[in-house]
Order: sequence, then C-alpha cells, then structure tokens
Amino acid sequence: MAIRSFLILFILFFFSSLNPILSLYEDQVGLVDWHQQYLGKVKQAVFHTHKTGRKRVVVSTEENVVALLDLRQGEIFWRHVLGSNDVIDGIDIALGKYVITLSSGGSILRAWNLPDGQMVWESSLRGPKHSKSLLLVPTNLKIEKDNIVIIFSNGRLNAVSCIDGEVLWEKDFEGESLEVQQVIQPPGSNLIYVVGFASSSLFEMYQINALNGELLKHESAAFSGGFLGEVSPVFSETVVALDSTGLILLTVSFQNGMISFQQTPISNLVKDSFGPAKIIPSSVTGIFAIKMNAVTIVIRVTDENKLEVVEKTNHETSISDALPVSEGQQAFALVQRAGPEIHLRVKLAHNWDDNLLKESVKMDQHRGLVHKIYINNYIRTDKSYGFRALIVMEDHSLLLLQQGEIVWSREDGLASIIDVTTSELPVERDGVSVAKVEHNLFEWLKGHMLKLKGTLMLASPQDIAAIQSMRLKNSEKSKMTRDHNGFRKLLIVLTRAGKLFALHTGDGHIVWSYLLQSLQKSKVCQHPIGLNLYKWQVPHHHAMDENPSVLVIGKCGPSSDAPGALSFVDTYTGKELSSLSLVHSVAQVIPLPYTDSTEQRLHLLIDADKHAHLYPKTPEAISIFERELSNIYWYSVEDDNGIIKGHALRGKCTGEVADEVCFDTRELWSIVFPSESEKIIATVTRKLNEVVHTQAKVIADQEVMYKYISRNLLFVATVALKGSGEIGSVTPEESWLVAYLIDTVTGRILHRVTHHGSQGPVHAVFSENWVVYHYFNLKAHRYEMSVIEIYDQSRADNKDVWKLVLGKHNLTSPISLYSRPDVITKSQSYFFTHSVKTIAVTSTTKGITSKQLLIGTIGDQVLALDKRFLDPRRTVNPTQAEKEEGIIPLTDSLPIIPQSYVTHALRVEGLRGIITVPAKLESTTLVFAHGVDLFFTQLAPSRTYDSLTDDFNYALLLITIVALVAAISLTWTLSERKELQENWR
Amino acid sequence: MKWVKVIVSFILTLSFLSFPSCAFQSDELLVDDEEFGLEGAPQHRSPEPIPTRSPPVTSPTRKRHSDLDSDSKIQFSLDHAFGDSDFSPAGTFSARLKTWSHGGQTLTKLRFSRNSFSDVEKEKFKNLLESDDFYRIRLPSNVLSPPGRDFIISSVKARCLPRESLDEHFVIHMEGVNVLAVNYGSPGSCPYPRNLKLPAKWSFSSHTVLKNREQAPRAPVFTEEILGGENAEGEVLQPAERSFWAKYWMYLIPLGLIVMNAITQAMNMPEEQATGLVPAQGQPSAGAVQRGPSSAVRRR
Repeated sequence: MAIRSFLILFILFFFSSLNPILSLYEDQVGLVDWHQQYLGKVKQAVFHTHKTGRKRVVVSTEENVVALLDLRQGEIFWRHVLGSNDVIDGIDIALGKYVITLSSGGSILRAWNLPDGQMVWESSLRGPKHSKSLLLVPTNLKIEKDNIVIIFSNGRLNAVSCIDGEVLWEKDFEGESLEVQQVIQPPGSNLIYVVGFASSSLFEMYQINALNGELLKHESAAFSGGFLGEVSPVFSETVVALDSTGLILLTVSFQNGMISFQQTPISNLVKDSFGPAKIIPSSVTGIFAIKMNAVTIVIRVTDENKLEVVEKTNHETSISDALPVSEGQQAFALVQRAGPEIHLRVKLAHNWDDNLLKESVKMDQHRGLVHKIYINNYIRTDKSYGFRALIVMEDHSLLLLQQGEIVWSREDGLASIIDVTTSELPVERDGVSVAKVEHNLFEWLKGHMLKLKGTLMLASPQDIAAIQSMRLKNSEKSKMTRDHNGFRKLLIVLTRAGKLFALHTGDGHIVWSYLLQSLQKSKVCQHPIGLNLYKWQVPHHHAMDENPSVLVIGKCGPSSDAPGALSFVDTYTGKELSSLSLVHSVAQVIPLPYTDSTEQRLHLLIDADKHAHLYPKTPEAISIFERELSNIYWYSVEDDNGIIKGHALRGKCTGEVADEVCFDTRELWSIVFPSESEKIIATVTRKLNEVVHTQAKVIADQEVMYKYISRNLLFVATVALKGSGEIGSVTPEESWLVAYLIDTVTGRILHRVTHHGSQGPVHAVFSENWVVYHYFNLKAHRYEMSVIEIYDQSRADNKDVWKLVLGKHNLTSPISLYSRPDVITKSQSYFFTHSVKTIAVTSTTKGITSKQLLIGTIGDQVLALDKRFLDPRRTVNPTQAEKEEGIIPLTDSLPIIPQSYVTHALRVEGLRGIITVPAKLESTTLVFAHGVDLFFTQLAPSRTYDSLTDDFNYALLLITIVALVAAISLTWTLSERKELQENWR
Repeated sequence: MKWVKVIVSFILTLSFLSFPSCAFQSDELLVDDEEFGLEGAPQHRSPEPIPTRSPPVTSPTRKRHSDLDSDSKIQFSLDHAFGDSDFSPAGTFSARLKTWSHGGQTLTKLRFSRNSFSDVEKEKFKNLLESDDFYRIRLPSNVLSPPGRDFIISSVKARCLPRESLDEHFVIHMEGVNVLAVNYGSPGSCPYPRNLKLPAKWSFSSHTVLKNREQAPRAPVFTEEILGGENAEGEVLQPAERSFWAKYWMYLIPLGLIVMNAITQAMNMPEEQATGLVPAQGQPSAGAVQRGPSSAVRRR
C-alpha cells in the first residue's frame, strides 16, 4: 500500500516536472548565452574636455560605429552602428554637448546629444561633384551667436548651425579639376582658407569670409613639378606638399594672399635617400612627418620656412594630433614600438628637445605595432599636467595608457570577424590544470538547499539574488576541459587584422590570441588579406597526446593571382606550428574527406591557373590522394562572367611547374548563362560536415519517400541583368529570378524554376535534401521565402518489406551520379515580413533532431523558424493523417513568433554571419552569431529531450525520496501497532 | 525500321538543301516543352562529313518571314572529344525556330542526326573504355550565332554508354535561343563500379529532350475570410479532437491499477475478515480510494 502511494506520488511529481518550455524565462538569460559588444578599429577619437565630461571619449570606427566610451574603464556609454553604406568621414564635439558626425561621403551630417546618444538633428548636404569630405568645428567662430560647423563635401563648402543643423551659407567650388586638400581656419580670425590642387600642377587658394561665405580672395600659382598626395598644414597660412616625383618637399605659404613656393629636396635633409616619400598629415604647428619605405622622418618648419630634420627612425612611428595645453602652446605625442615595449613621448610643438613625458609600456607582442594615438591631458594631484593616451594597435585593439601602464584594453578586432571554426577542448586528465572548480560537498548542498527554497517559494529576495548569481557564475561552464555533453568548445575566429582568437563557448572569454605573422604587412606582402580557416588536424585516436590545429589561408593583395600564405596554428596553445608562403595563388580551397595517418586532413588548393596543389606535401598524402584521383571533382563559379564550370583532375603537373604535389585539371562541363538575361547572384552548397540521419521520409499515408541526398548539389540563383540593382529599380515585367539545382559532378541541371517579377538579393541555405531561399516579390511588394525539396524516385520502389528482408533492394548499392537521375521536386513559396541579412540552419550530431532555420533579420536579431513552416506539403486542410505527421495548415505567410528570437532582447549589431555547431548531445546545437557584436547560445530545436535541464533540482528529488521512505516506515510501524491492538481486542 | 530511314533521309535532305519546308508545316502550339527525337538507325552513308563541319558550324539556314509568329529551320552541330583530344564534329541538331509575337524565340521539333564512328574514332573510343576516361561533347551556347559566348561542354565516363548499341541521352536546357546547359549521359543507370563492356553494335541510339524554363508556384494568397478561419497565422496546429483514451491515459492507467488493487483487496478481505490491512491515518489522498471498502468490511 505504501509502495503504491509512493508510486502515485512519483507519477504526479514526474508529470508536474514535464512542464514544456517554449522560450526563455527571464531568469534564464545569460545561463547558456553570452553577448559581447565591440566597436571595430578606431579611426578617430575625440576627448570630451568640458569639465563635467572629462572622463569620456567619442570614437568613430571602421565598422561605422560612433560611440561614447568611459575613459576610466573603457565601457560603452552609448553606441550607434550606422551601417555598412554609411561610412563615417569625420567626428567632432561641438558646443561641448553635441557629437557631430559627417558620413556617407560627406552627405549626411548628424548631431548626437553627448550624454545619452540621442540624435538631436540631421541635415543632408548635397554638392555639385564628388570630393574629399572635411569636417571642421571652429572653437569660437559665431554667426549671430550661433556656433557653426564648417563642412567641405561634394565640392561645396557649408556652414551649418550647431543648434539645429540649418545650413547658414554655402559656396560651391566647381572648378573642373579642383581637388580641395585642406580647409584651414586660423584661430581667432573670421577667415577660412580652402587650399587644393587644380590640374595637378596648379596650387589654388581661396580666402573666404567665415561669417557669410563671401569669397574674399582667390589666388593660384603654378608649380611645374606637379603635386603628389596630401598636404600637411604647418602654420595657419603655410602648408607642406610633395612634388609629383616624391623627392622634393614644397613649403607653400599664402600669407596676405601671396602664394610662394619654397623647394627643399629631401636629399638635402637626409643623406641617403630611400625612394619616394609620403606625407603623414598632422595638425601640429610647425611639425610634420614624411615616410620613405620603412623610415619615418619628423621635420620641423622654422619661422623662416626652413626645414630641419629633428628625428629619423626605422621604427614605425605614430604622431598624435595637437593638443592645446596652455595659451598658445600645443602638445603632441609620438609613439613607437621597440621589441616588447612601446615608447611614448609627449612634447611641446615649439620645443622639440624636451619631453613633457616619456614612458615605456610593456606591451603584449600579439598586439603588433601602434597604428594611431590620441592624447588628452589632465591635472595631476600635484597641479602639474599629466597625459593619457588612447592607442590603436595593429590588431585593432584599443588601449588607454596612463602613468606608464595600460589602464584598460578593448579587443575591438573581434568586431570584424572573417571566418570561424571550432575546436574541441583538451580531454580531462590529471595533467591538465582544471581551474579551481570543484566545490566541496557542503557548498554543493548549500546551493541545492537554496534552489529548493526557491522552488518552494520560500526564498527571500537575497536568496533569489544569490541563486541567480550562482547560476550565472557556474564555474562548470568555463572549465578548460571537454565536457560530456560537448557544450564546451573553443571558437577559433580570424579577424580582419590577421589575428586569431580562441573564445571559450562557456562565457566567451578569450583563451588565447595570436597575431599571424604571415598576415602582417611586410616588404614582400604589402596588403595581406586573411581568407579562411580550416580544421587541419582533429585528433581522435591520439586525442590524449596530440593537439588539434587549424589552417589559416591568406593571400597578398586583392588581385586573384596574388600569392597565398598558409599558417598552421595549434588550437590548445595558440602557437603557430609552421607557416608557408606560397608561390601560387589561392582561388579555391577544397578540404578533402581523407586524412593521413597523423589525422591531418588533406586539402586541395586551386590556383588562378586552375592547377591543383595538395597539402600536406608528404609522400603519404600524395599516395592517398593518387588512389582517389579519379573520384575528385570540383566546380568553379565565375559570377561576373555567368559561367559555372566543372573540373576533374588529370595527373601531375606538366611544364615549368614540375612539382610533386601539383596536379593538372581539365574541364568536364560548363553551364553558360545568357549574359543578357541572367546574372548569378547567389550560390549555396550543403555544409560539408552535415550529418543526415535517415534517407527515408515516411509520409502520412505510410508511403516512403527517399530524400535525394548528395553532397554535390549546388543551388544557384540568377536574376535578370536589369533586376540586379536595388529593389524597386525595375518593373515586375522586367525582372525575374531563376533558381537552379545543379549536380556539380556531371553538371546536370536537376531542377530549374523561374519566379517572375522577383528580385534579389537572394539569401539561401541548403541542408539535407532541401534548400530555402529568400528574395523580393515585386508583384506582391513583399519578401518571399521558397523551399525546394528534392526526392529520389529511383529508390521509390523499395517499399516492400519482403524485398527489404530478403535483401532484394538497391538501397546499399553504390550510387553513381553518371546514372540518369530520377528525381522529383516539391516546392512552395511563402511571404515573409522581414528582409534578411543571413540565413543558417541548426545542425546536430546525428541529424535526428528536427531543424530550425536561423534568420538574421534586418534588426540584427536572430529568429528561429521551424523548418515545418517551410514544408512544401502544407495544404489548406490537412487530413487527419497529415496532421498527425505534423503538417501545419497552409498559410500565405510565415509566422514571426516574438518568443522565438534566440537573441531574446539583445541585438547583434552589424550581424554578418551565423554559425551552428553540433554539441555532443543530440538535442542541442550551439549557435554563434557575429557582426560588430558577438552572441553565442545553445539551442534545442525539439527541446532537450535527452537530458535533464541544468537547473533540475536533485535536492528536491532526494528529499522527496527520503520523506517517502520515512513515511513508509512510519505508516508501517503504525499499522503494525494497530494490527496488534486489533488482535488483542 | 524502314520508316525511320525514310524520315532520316527526309530530314537530311531537308537540312542539306535547306529545302523550304513546304511539305510539312507544323502549326502546333508549344504546349509541352519536351520534344523527343529518336534517331537510332545506323546511317550507312559514307562517313565523310556533312558539308557543315568546321567548329563555328552551320550558319543557320533560316527563311525569314516578314510577319510575326514565323517558323524557320535551324541547325547546330554537336562536337565530341575523346579524353583530352580536340573536339571534332559528331552530329547535327536541326530544329524549328519559332518566333513569337512578343519577340521571344524558342526551338521546337528538335531532331538529331548522329554521324557514326569512323574506324579511327572507334579505336579512340575503345581506348577510352579501357582507361575509363571521359567522352566529352559540346554545343554552341547560342544556336543562332554559334558558338555564342562559349561552348557548352558536358562529359560522361565512356563506360556508361555501351549497352547493345551506344545509348546516349541529351537533355538540352534552353533559354530562348541560348543553350544554357546540356546534360549528357546514358539513358538509364550507370552502376558503379563501371565494368569494361564493348558495345555489340557501333551505332548510337540517341534520345534528346529539350527543356525550357518552368514557372514557380506562386505563394498562396488567402482572402481575409480564409485567414480568419485559420485562427491567426502564428497558431500552430489547432488541437485536434482526441479520443478520451488519448487524452486521459496517464490518469486512467494509475486509476486502473488502484481499482485492480482494491478488487484484490476486497476479494481477500472477506476471507481474512478483521485481520485485513488497516490503513493508517495521514495516508496520502490516493489511499482514500480503498479506504471505503475496507472500512465497510470492518464495520460489518
């Protein structure tokens, strides 16, 4: 009886705990997800110098972010991401309370309220022609009590009121070939000088009244030698320029409207010339710098316009802008890197010989050189001037230096991720240092007692806070070893700066970072570009004693035949194992499904001349490869040409490049899209490592359909040439979109379908036997998403159980793509409200769990949409059997359920990519979204059916059992006693 | 077989002489876009080439009608290559070019005449079969002005072709007068591993299919009325009427167990009379079910 009651209790308890969870609860935020905010490489910084705001700095970055940072901690007060087509040209602070930004090629001027980042006003500026954009905020220039901002953009000079953004006056500079270089406003005067070059040998100077835009004077003077590059203003009425050969320095002064040139050959200043020079513009009075190859020369201009070299150095030097310190005095900073240290010097502009400040700061080698420096002063406790410097390093990180120390640093390189891959963590064993994680039993019990209190609603607010912090700080999740469920991994990311970071999936902290030497600017390689990351070695058999490694592929310069560079990096330690600079270019990288005995994956690099190069270059790899030579096919897409070609390998290279690992290729097939009617805008393939659990799909009436699962399917979307512009630029009749499914081995077009009146951009995702793509329907004025599912009919007659039992089926016979395919496709289109930035799909270890589409919306959020909504078999009135199968009644548009945003309340600003990685636990997939921000979370598309949740209360279970056992023994004794009494009666 | 020969010779004469197509003028509307042409008959003509041979073959022999919706004849050649050899002519496609009133042009009535292999070519093909190499074909990408932008290439492992004769299957994807792609291969399966098999007859039996683009199904557009009935778009599956058992099985099973227990108890009780189990106080509510009968027994 007691056992029975226990059973019932248990059943009740069990069912009460099966509370289905559709989305996240408030207190679950941050348990498995993390979010990091970044800015990108800072290109301009302005310190807020007003008394109340001395602790703030405004920055603009190459990711088009304008942000206000806290100088004490480096935290973001506010931030605006302007978007990729709204490039910031300049920022400044006006009136001490507005941040002024000039963006979009000088056509949009905005003012933001400094304390809270609200936009105050916005003006759009137009002009007659494209030109340099310059922003100038004069300190005390007023038109009728209005502070003004001077903007030169698009060939027009504007004076804009600070208060409301109204244009007070404008002046066009329409000279045919006039290139305005500088706009100078001598402090304390009402004049503006606009200087520039016309027809490459004419120096032009315009003097303008700042109050009304009236042209006061226009002078021009010819210089036969021509001009090169930029000018640097040295005094308010003197600039320095270079002649067209880059060998002669010109000091141009235009005092009182008289233009005079003074030539100084660089060879007169320095003995040994190093080739053509380049001016590094600076705003410091009387000082400028030139750079010749790797040599930086700092030159001072004396009052008589004489030039004298004050410093010549081989080190990369950065010079800050001028900082006014006391009346008429300017300070500036120079910073250089020397070995493990950086040297910072602050000097006064007119006094080169003395340093106001000289500091050496120890700096991590993996931050590279100093790219930019901004200085700011403060008053020390002893009433003297102190200086702090904000520096931007080669890896795009931002640091604040003060008193010879790094006060804070921000890893803003992470805002520009190029590629992501993952790596397992080390296996747990004695040698591996496991961070102090293990609790003692008491702690554990205490934690669970707290949780129990929470469950039974007995907890006080302090207890609830304690429970929440305990859950968030769960040290289990940031351990540096592999876990049973495969939730803990390393995310290896490659940034645009050429730096590799390893992020821990538990809490997002940086485990290691490494600045790749092969992707740094050097003499042989002026513009290195990182391309991709691949898993090079993933040890399974030797997981205990070998570390996994990744392959980083880069190339020198943007041209297609630029030589490539490879690096191999250990993912546990972050050390570079080796690096190779290649003689050939890298057009395509194909990871092959073969590994050698050390579990290094074979990679095939295709160069621009269509030769294939095999890596690793070992005899073993070559022998493995040659065995499979006839089964390797690849394809190339020439989007600008509209041609897709298929290739196979032929044999060793012949001709001048006789190399053991070089193979010739030949063209097998080609598809030529008519250039006048179709243009390739998207190509998508399946993920190489995707696992498909079952080939067969049982549909409602017990029929079986076989999925056409091929790794060699390519989805191609083309649009009409006219329709390749922006949405709405053509009429629906002129525009169409064609979707293709192409077999990349034989070049067969398996499916081809036209959407009339539709237009790109197309975002697509390919998984298993289906592809989903998103485009714009001009006729319906809405975005649409279509699905194509492809099924294999050649296996369709394998339905008979007896055939299967007797083995008379063709399910195990090898498939050859040379057989004529017998496929059917099913497709359906649905309207979708949002425009989309990127689409991804969840992936799990075994592929059993149902799939969700992860849609990066225009609002920089990630929306999870069940694949079931994009089922081509949805009908208006599904039958009972179809309903049981899970077919949703047909609707014309896809639902957007607010609870299914995986980013919940957060935004991944500037979202660029979504990566999904399977965890070891089948139900769970790890999702990493990156843009300017990073976001990571775990998703369970079909709920966590294979594990108890993290916050499962073991203590409650234990206590229940104990209580039940106690109750059983109690009732037992009681009943015994009663029985005895009854017997005695 | 005789009639096939007749047709072949008819077509050939037609194409050779660019005979005005007065004999047979199809006014058929292009309803389905697939045209089958079966040319199996061995051509026992001299293997010497047809007049139009060089790669930028056949200037289309068209007769221009001044009015709209006109038809004209067109020819384009198929070239082939053995392994990595150069391409050489292998046959001729002839078709009818239909010009629509809206300006579009499409091909209909595609016919194909295949040149039979010369002895040299047979030898080359045998070599291909032995080395399991590729047999490659190509078509111009524009049938009006061959070769157009580029040639369309397709290839197949030579061992896929031989059966009784050499069986081949073309699927030509067209976009107006442009050839987008050609899928070439055997008409059936080509099992792997491919075994070396020489054809019994050195003649081709060719199947050609012409494919034009298809329209995608439109997104369903619902009227308000239907939408209203659908109970808002976000709603997942209306809860279907389930049977009583499907709804309450989880309660019914424990209940059944309890009832069964109670019955066995009740059966045992009369025998044991007063010695039956007496439920204790404070027992969980679930015990109440049996308490009724047992206490009733006791009171008796």
